[in-house]
Amino acid sequence: MTAQGPIQAETETGGGTWRFPANRPLRLDSGATLAPLEVAYKTYGRLNEAKSNAVLVCHALTGDQHLASTHPVTGKPGWWDRFVGPGKPLDPERHFIICSNVIGGCMGSTGPASTDPATGQPYGLKFPVITIADMVRAQAMLIEALGIETLFAAIGGSMGGMQVQQWAADYPEKLFSAVIIAAAARHSAQNIAFHEVGRQSIMADPNWMNGAYLTAGVRPEKGLAVARMAAHITYLSEAALQRKFGRELQRDGLSWGFDADFQVESYLRHQGASFVDRFDANSYLYITRALDYFDLAARHDGVLAEAFVKARHVRFCVLSFSSDWLYPTAESRDIVRALNGAGCRTSFAEIATDKGHDAFFLDEPLLDQTLRGFLGAQAQARGLP
Amino acid sequence: MTAIREDFAEILKLVRPKARVLDVGCGEGELLELLTREKQVDGQGLELSPENVAACVTRGLSVVQGDGDRDLDHFPTRAFDYAILSKTLQQMREPRHVLNELLRIAEQAVVSVPNFGHWKVRWALLSGGRMPETGALPEPWWSTPNIHLCTLRDFVDLCDQLELRIDACAALSDSGPARPIDPRVPLENWRAETALFLLSRKSEPAAPRALPQQNLFGEVDLPKPEGPAPKRRRKA
Repeated sequence: MTAQGPIQAETETGGGTWRFPANRPLRLDSGATLAPLEVAYKTYGRLNEAKSNAVLVCHALTGDQHLASTHPVTGKPGWWDRFVGPGKPLDPERHFIICSNVIGGCMGSTGPASTDPATGQPYGLKFPVITIADMVRAQAMLIEALGIETLFAAIGGSMGGMQVQQWAADYPEKLFSAVIIAAAARHSAQNIAFHEVGRQSIMADPNWMNGAYLTAGVRPEKGLAVARMAAHITYLSEAALQRKFGRELQRDGLSWGFDADFQVESYLRHQGASFVDRFDANSYLYITRALDYFDLAARHDGVLAEAFVKARHVRFCVLSFSSDWLYPTAESRDIVRALNGAGCRTSFAEIATDKGHDAFFLDEPLLDQTLRGFLGAQAQARGLP
Repeated sequence: MTAIREDFAEILKLVRPKARVLDVGCGEGELLELLTREKQVDGQGLELSPENVAACVTRGLSVVQGDGDRDLDHFPTRAFDYAILSKTLQQMREPRHVLNELLRIAEQAVVSVPNFGHWKVRWALLSGGRMPETGALPEPWWSTPNIHLCTLRDFVDLCDQLELRIDACAALSDSGPARPIDPRVPLENWRAETALFLLSRKSEPAAPRALPQQNLFGEVDLPKPEGPAPKRRRKA
């Protein structure tokens, strides 16, 4: 490292694990408390002097804080690498970008695999049931600890979009703008049903051992892999699956057995198998539960607009994908209707794509264009470069 | 941007400063941007094309992607002072429903419609015996988006049926400046190529006028509706 000269790092990354002492517990919706609380996070870029350029990115169900840097377990690029980086819509040279692992997760934040201070063993099923609001409360503690009063933007897709809505409901005064992508204001019966299949699959694995598998030194890999396979189908559209695989076979001819004859089978098996390397089965149970419990209107007598009435100063951008059948456009329109009802400044677009729910991670020029345009206009409104 | 579209210039005169405005079919947001800059309005758009929504959002405007026929229910009652529908009512599947919705959402509606009674249209049909193609209605019949064309007289009748008050009306043309008119005068049904209306519900008191331009359309007498006449001046 040279001592002199203006050296501009391309992407200045930071982060670590913020440990809140036992006298600063996280109060949970269930009434329980979590202490000591640890929140693992990554940052990109630098907080400006006015502390006005902080952007919080909220990750989805199986995501984590490794937004735009190499994942330590898989060695793959960050999950939103194509959106975060120099010259990209979220630019570390202009924004201070924060992404934290949700509580209940398994990439460093307190979750069911963390050590229960009461027993010295992993929590397992002793971990309290958490909600989206609990995840957001932990994020708010982190943001405060980092010395940030107002976020320039909170952005999230899927479960991340639910967290952004929760931010708008619970901490509107800390938000300048908000981006909600491919999300819903509550989990539908179908959403809950698919998650239940996943949970039952994990719990049916003998290695799950009633959640105490870590103490026993085993892992319910088969159950978790099947859960991932079922969920993965919901992230893709029928058209995308057909285009990608059709009825193509793995080898010449059929096996006349139960090997993965079809490419789509092999693909799903691969998705399942690689998922278990980086994800904890109990985390999957807890986070899917948090999603199923999510119903933002419920705390406001069933009127979603009431959840947003204190966020009238926040500029919202809501986006959906036309082929997303997990959180279809109608769900986003419900959010938009409620935001309009609350008098919030709201933009909404449905991106036409056949890539399904996962279009959020993929190359969708109109998604990029809309987000870049929205963030640019908001930066101007906030006096950012 | 130097030249302002004639209809935009008229709308700009109509709208009160700092009003809440919904622009239905706002395109790339030119009018909303103009109103925001010149009248500091609190603007919201509704636009069919996601590409246009992206363009609007880039301009810092709030725009919801949707269809005027179907998605006006996104907006709560009386959320706006003005709802603007520029030259698209004739493209709606249910123009009556749309008008009613505009005046549910907003206190006043600014609506412009091409006049099928204009002399060029009448002449084209009479002389050529074909569907007219004019400056205001340029597309051939098989590709025109205009499925519900009307004349000035038809539109005034519909306003009467729906119990809407015509607070102001101007004739627009590509060739000259806007001209304040009484849309009930038969000759105007020949002369006006496009008409711009400011509408409100008869069941509600007349809205305060845009200030300081109280004489929006010059000194011409406005149509006299039944009931109390809309006042030109109103005490606060």
